[in-house]
Amino acid sequence: MTAIDTTHTQKHHDEGSYLDHRGLGFWGTIWDWASTVDHKKIGVMYLFAVLTMFFIGGVAGLAVRAELWEPMRTAEDGTTTGVLLNFGTPVQDPDTGEWIRSYDISPGQAGNTYNRTFTLHGAVMIFMFIVPAIPAALGNFFLPIMIGAKDVAFPKLNLFSWYVYVFGSLFGVIGLILGGADTGWTFYTPYSIQTDADYWRVTLMVLAAFILGFSSILTGLNFIVTTHKLRAPGMGWFDMPLFVWATYATSIIQVLATPVIGITLLLLIFERVFRIGIFDASMGGDPVLYQHFFWFYSHPVVYVMILHGIGIISELLTVHGRKHIFGYRAIAFSSLGIAGVSFLIWGHHLFAAMSPIAAMVFSALTFIVAVPTAIKVFNWIATLYKSSIAINTPMLYGLGFLFLFSIGGLTGLPLATLSTDLHLHDSYFVVAHFHYVMMGGTVIAFLGGLHHWWPKMFGRMYNEKAAMLGFALVFIGFNVTFFTQFFLGTQGMPRRYASYVDDFQTLHQISTVGSWILAIGLFIHLFTFLHSLFAGPKAPPNLWGGLSLEWEAESPPCAHNFHHEPLIKHGPYDYESVVPPHCSEEDFPLPKQRS
Amino acid sequence: MSTINAHPSPGAKPMRWETYKHEHHWRSAADEFDAAKLGMWLFLTTEVLLFGGIFCSYAIFRMLYPDAFANGSGYLNWRIGTLNTVVLLFSSFTVAMSVRCAQLNKQRWLKINLSITLICAAAFLAIKGYFEYYPKLSAGKAPGAWFSYPWAHNPEEPIWWGIYYAGTGIHALHVIIGGGLILWVLVRSFKGIYGPKNYTMVETSGLYWHLVDLVWIFLFPLLYLIH
Repeated sequence: MTAIDTTHTQKHHDEGSYLDHRGLGFWGTIWDWASTVDHKKIGVMYLFAVLTMFFIGGVAGLAVRAELWEPMRTAEDGTTTGVLLNFGTPVQDPDTGEWIRSYDISPGQAGNTYNRTFTLHGAVMIFMFIVPAIPAALGNFFLPIMIGAKDVAFPKLNLFSWYVYVFGSLFGVIGLILGGADTGWTFYTPYSIQTDADYWRVTLMVLAAFILGFSSILTGLNFIVTTHKLRAPGMGWFDMPLFVWATYATSIIQVLATPVIGITLLLLIFERVFRIGIFDASMGGDPVLYQHFFWFYSHPVVYVMILHGIGIISELLTVHGRKHIFGYRAIAFSSLGIAGVSFLIWGHHLFAAMSPIAAMVFSALTFIVAVPTAIKVFNWIATLYKSSIAINTPMLYGLGFLFLFSIGGLTGLPLATLSTDLHLHDSYFVVAHFHYVMMGGTVIAFLGGLHHWWPKMFGRMYNEKAAMLGFALVFIGFNVTFFTQFFLGTQGMPRRYASYVDDFQTLHQISTVGSWILAIGLFIHLFTFLHSLFAGPKAPPNLWGGLSLEWEAESPPCAHNFHHEPLIKHGPYDYESVVPPHCSEEDFPLPKQRS
Repeated sequence: MSTINAHPSPGAKPMRWETYKHEHHWRSAADEFDAAKLGMWLFLTTEVLLFGGIFCSYAIFRMLYPDAFANGSGYLNWRIGTLNTVVLLFSSFTVAMSVRCAQLNKQRWLKINLSITLICAAAFLAIKGYFEYYPKLSAGKAPGAWFSYPWAHNPEEPIWWGIYYAGTGIHALHVIIGGGLILWVLVRSFKGIYGPKNYTMVETSGLYWHLVDLVWIFLFPLLYLIH
């Protein structure tokens, strides 16, 4: 029973790439993808789905920035200016009795549209893009290959969780078509119980988040079991690439935190539909309990978002720096450390709603999470020291990440400090801080990883110059958009307001211009990728001279990833001593031995 | 994985479990079985955390409104609760026996045990619905804003009913899901799919059923017995 079964590996000896659809026809190809249990195809389907959601969320984000171009002003005659998000309201024509659309708008109505837009931006970006983006797209594709497996542990469950994701997103989109929610992505009670009480749309959005949670749990569970049970013979825990460690830590958080948001959102749905009263103060319930429940999930989940980015960076810096990672075990264990500490610090989202002692404890615990994070950053800098840095798009994103993530991390400290948080809380400083971590950290790492692995995933090269231009615009645009918001926040601009005092207008306009630069950069990436798919030159199997197992596979990998079960002959970061697979020593010279 | 390899009728067409082949990405059937079990245990962890939210709300509101909870608990019939506990405990025994029967290739008893489990699941829901939910709801002891019981002693009683219905309702949903799993295993066991070489699904759905039982073991004293 325990003997290694080799019959299956030999059966698929001469199979082609996983993207090979010859002889299937159009509908055959569609069905092949829709019913696939291949982790690579599911990863690509996730990639397509999350990028679609990124587009929807991004458009909403641009709309939010555009609305803030000028403050709303109401003149003495009652006309309002400075409103961009004006989709009109249906009114009955007093003469004909016909329903027409009126564009006369009061500041209240305009603010309502703004609220729905930023809720859309937040909910789509968090639940539908950033949580599944790296784990489910890149993780699905590369985790099994990196540990030398043919697939994830439960391939059918993997496909199922993709369908659950699409089904959940569909609920969100239906909620959106019905008018969307104006609660903010956090769905705070009691407002989320009362608002739009006669409509289904808020309930549908909450239900969407609930369903998406299942997809997240099932993916995380699948990855944990895969990492435990499917490593190739000879691959011990400390022979795994750090991307796999990061995936593992992420999956633990997904499995342990998501059920809590599940029950929270379920109770919120009960609250809206059956009025059970648990979160409703008018019935003796406790709205703050909702916040505790919510952040017990949602704080750990920000580490779901960032830990995976962290895993990608460890790969980028070593492959493109041709140097062994500094402090492998420190980085691996700090991932688990972050995962552990992440469950103890949710309280810093509601300092004002707890006793001073509790707030002090949560503040102190929050500082602790900076320790494993700083360990990682210092290890990366030590890795870069005396490495031979190749300047290409993935490496630029790697370096950009270090810069932006450090800003994001360090600006978290004043928010963890009780006295400064009192001033900065609910201001644009918070907005800037989490965009620096989420976008400047996770999305930058995601884009870096996408450029790093794109030739492996699709077997085609992209235009390096265009991609670098895209990076430059994303990097500049991002900083212009969000660094200004630190100033806005310290000067007192509260978050989630559709209007503001005139003094803030210059900074708001700089931020909005930045969002356009950022969008142009992202579109350049989109066109680069599309061009690469249809007209890019063929990519060699080991383009960057990487040592982890995915570079031993072909580009794109064959249906079962490897023709033979891979043997682990070297560690994933032995760049000083091993000539990479499929490469000669001229391409990637080993460093001269010091005498 | 059990090493027992019983052949009840040599020469006859082999049963499906005898020709079971593990999926291609596993190195051995033993690995596949271990992974399935690990996966199910992880899933049970998420279930425990899900109910953790309910138990946490129970603890908080019990602390805030001890009188309302004592009153509300007094309306529950502990005899019916005990009956349901016995039903579920017994079903946990039969589901454990069904795993044993699959391991020993006792096909007949495998089906009998699974059927008894299924009957217990249905009995639990019937008792819950007919003797508890129905009379309480028709008397107006409904959750939250729907509460209309005219002789309530305590203004916070609707919260108690909110917790009661949310907790037992989500548990009942798990009974339905677990029953569905058991039914699926039962149907497949008629096709001879499960035996000493392949009883993964019997074991994992059995594990799930034990969790359903376990949650009730906590809900029962908290709701019925503590005043």
